[in-house]
Amino acid sequence: MVCSLRHEKQIWPEASRIRVFMLVPGVEIPHFCAQCKEYYCVKSCPFNALSVNAKTSAVAVDREKCTACGACIRACPGKIPHIHPKEKYVLICDLCDGDPQCVKVCNKAGYNALRVVREPSSVSHSLFARTPEEITRDVAENLFGEKAEELV
Amino acid sequence: MVGGYAGKFLNIDLSNEKITETRFQNEILRQYIGGRGLGAKILWDRLGSRWEKVDPLDPENLFLALTGPLTGYFHGARICITGKSPQSNGIIGSTVSGEFAIELKCAGWDGVIISGKAKEPVYIFIDNENAQIKSAKHVWQKDSKTTLKILTKEVKEELDKRYVKYGIQKEPGVLYTGPAGDNRVRVAAVEQKWSHAAGYGGYGAVMGSKNLKAIVAKGTGPLPAVSDLEEVERLMGEYEKIAFSGSRDRIRRWGTGYVGYEVGAERSAEPVRNWQEEWHDEKSIGGPKFDFRYWVKRYWGDYGCALTCMKLAVVKAGPYKGAITDNPDYEMEAYLGPNLGIFDAGGIIYLSSLLEDLGYSGINGGNLLAFTTELFERGIMTKNDLGGLEPRWGDIAAQAELAKRIAFRDGKYFDILAEGTYRAALKISELKGINVLPYAVHVKGVEVGAHGTRSDEDYTHDISYACSVQGGDHTSTVRDAYDDMSTVFHDSAVYCAIIAWAGGLKGVDWQFLRAVTGWDTTEEEWKSELSHRIVHIQRAAELLGGPDIRWNPPKDDDNPPRFYEPLPSGPYKGSVTKREVMGSRRREYYDAMGWDENGIPRSEVLNKLNLQDVDKALDKVR
Repeated sequence: MVCSLRHEKQIWPEASRIRVFMLVPGVEIPHFCAQCKEYYCVKSCPFNALSVNAKTSAVAVDREKCTACGACIRACPGKIPHIHPKEKYVLICDLCDGDPQCVKVCNKAGYNALRVVREPSSVSHSLFARTPEEITRDVAENLFGEKAEELV
Repeated sequence: MVGGYAGKFLNIDLSNEKITETRFQNEILRQYIGGRGLGAKILWDRLGSRWEKVDPLDPENLFLALTGPLTGYFHGARICITGKSPQSNGIIGSTVSGEFAIELKCAGWDGVIISGKAKEPVYIFIDNENAQIKSAKHVWQKDSKTTLKILTKEVKEELDKRYVKYGIQKEPGVLYTGPAGDNRVRVAAVEQKWSHAAGYGGYGAVMGSKNLKAIVAKGTGPLPAVSDLEEVERLMGEYEKIAFSGSRDRIRRWGTGYVGYEVGAERSAEPVRNWQEEWHDEKSIGGPKFDFRYWVKRYWGDYGCALTCMKLAVVKAGPYKGAITDNPDYEMEAYLGPNLGIFDAGGIIYLSSLLEDLGYSGINGGNLLAFTTELFERGIMTKNDLGGLEPRWGDIAAQAELAKRIAFRDGKYFDILAEGTYRAALKISELKGINVLPYAVHVKGVEVGAHGTRSDEDYTHDISYACSVQGGDHTSTVRDAYDDMSTVFHDSAVYCAIIAWAGGLKGVDWQFLRAVTGWDTTEEEWKSELSHRIVHIQRAAELLGGPDIRWNPPKDDDNPPRFYEPLPSGPYKGSVTKREVMGSRRREYYDAMGWDENGIPRSEVLNKLNLQDVDKALDKVR
């Protein structure tokens, strides 16, 4: 909610940079940029619309240059970028310029499930860039055991 | 458009496969808001003049799934299901949580109004502005988990194809019913997400009667804009604080199932063996038992909910391996546990999971299983009647088999039982020549929630159920015709009442309504006027009833006979709901509502509220 409130001034699930998939009940999969060091999306962009923010290392989208062609979606191992439902540009988490609102609201509400982690870039980060379907299969087995096969 | 509303409703005539849109004037929306209130208004306008002639399971009944302006903004998104109820033959507003409501609003619709009957099983697929009717033959009679899996996959694949250049989309929201609904079992629920159900009212049977298996919605737009976003965000923050304080903090951590032990042990208000008792001291079904052994997720919430009272319970070993449910919440725990003489946490999870798979309302269905078991234990129903089944207290396997056979109407007595506790009691009394109505724990055809009145230690008392237009619904009990009107608000603005039931919240709901819609409706106006209009319509529908059942107040504005039998055990042994208190409280309530000595809304009261057509229709029962 807070992600779309910050970026869109509205509650807008599909325009949120963090979307929570629920392909199977109970298996909620937050899906957003894994901050990988490879920057597959930036490299794939034919229009130079994507760049790396020097301060945050997050990917920045130039809305003027982006044509919503989808090259970055295809390049991302987790198919994480998605096109804005009403506009002609791609949505990628920008870490709210270093002050992520999702972290703030989670702490304010009392859950403290999210925090800002500062660690050196690592090849491990791209391991988190997976499709909701892939992650769902893993988490479902973790939660439901053998039964997961029937449910997914 | 008024804040919080998409501004239009989808009208679907299944008989003629015609899809249109409907809009309501702002003043109608202000008065009836949405959900239960607007549903009552729509039902009355379309069916009121011939209400007593409309069979709830005939094509001319309506099936309504309506959001409200607060849906999606207020913690705990829900959708209200209504129509002419096949349980009470009146109007029951029954809400179910989950993301379907969010998807529907983001698709640009405040609700769906369905009439007629499809020739063959269908589901409705809503993709933003477009709606279409699709075949559901492949999921008809399929259990809930299978239905949800198939429809989610099928629709998501279709959406991914339609919107390939947008990247991956979030899954759609699915509102569906199980085999009990397909077979028009009157205790069938309308479900979401495996374990979420609109149980009261029996609207799963209405879906079945229309050959409607599911409604699937995907919306890629924003939630409808609100009047004062900054204020809405501030109020959302207020509710987050509530989630971490007092009684709500406990519900956040433990779910409502935490009280499964104490409502019995301490308050003596939990159904035990079809309400023959209301006390037990079985620590085997306490909160920690579920947590330590079965919960794989302790904080499970729907979109935007800070309370997360749901808990994901999975049985990983033993005879009930593979059973999955939410929590179980208090009602499921009581109705599929102690009320069946079962005190085994894994067994309760198994039966909850099974009843959800079959498409039952766990409360209404659990009540029906207990009623059947008592008749069997008393020797009124026999092994022969039940096709070789011997349902006894505590026999989990037999209860599971009984539930399956009723869901599929698998034989003469199962077919009778599929009509719900009250109707089955009437029929069995006739067939057996024995009055079994004293064992039917219902109020006006609606099986009663798992909170007793005899000890007077729970929140339910004398008239709580007896005078409610929602019958046995434990979420809409009555008290004084003023403060109890807040439940009509929850169901009409359509949000989860669990977080709103906390103390210290007085007035925040109204601030929320104002911030979202921009209306200046006050709590006073709602509780003394607007809500009464809705309840009078519900009351008129209930009194007109028909065609198979008609209620006769004040006789039927009463508790189940069992509530007048002294409690046989526990710290409140001998306690009973007092008939004389009941009589005087009922008269007080009638007066406070403006109903006459027979419980019929008075003409002057109705006319003052501009409900002249309701007044005229009530001449038929005056």
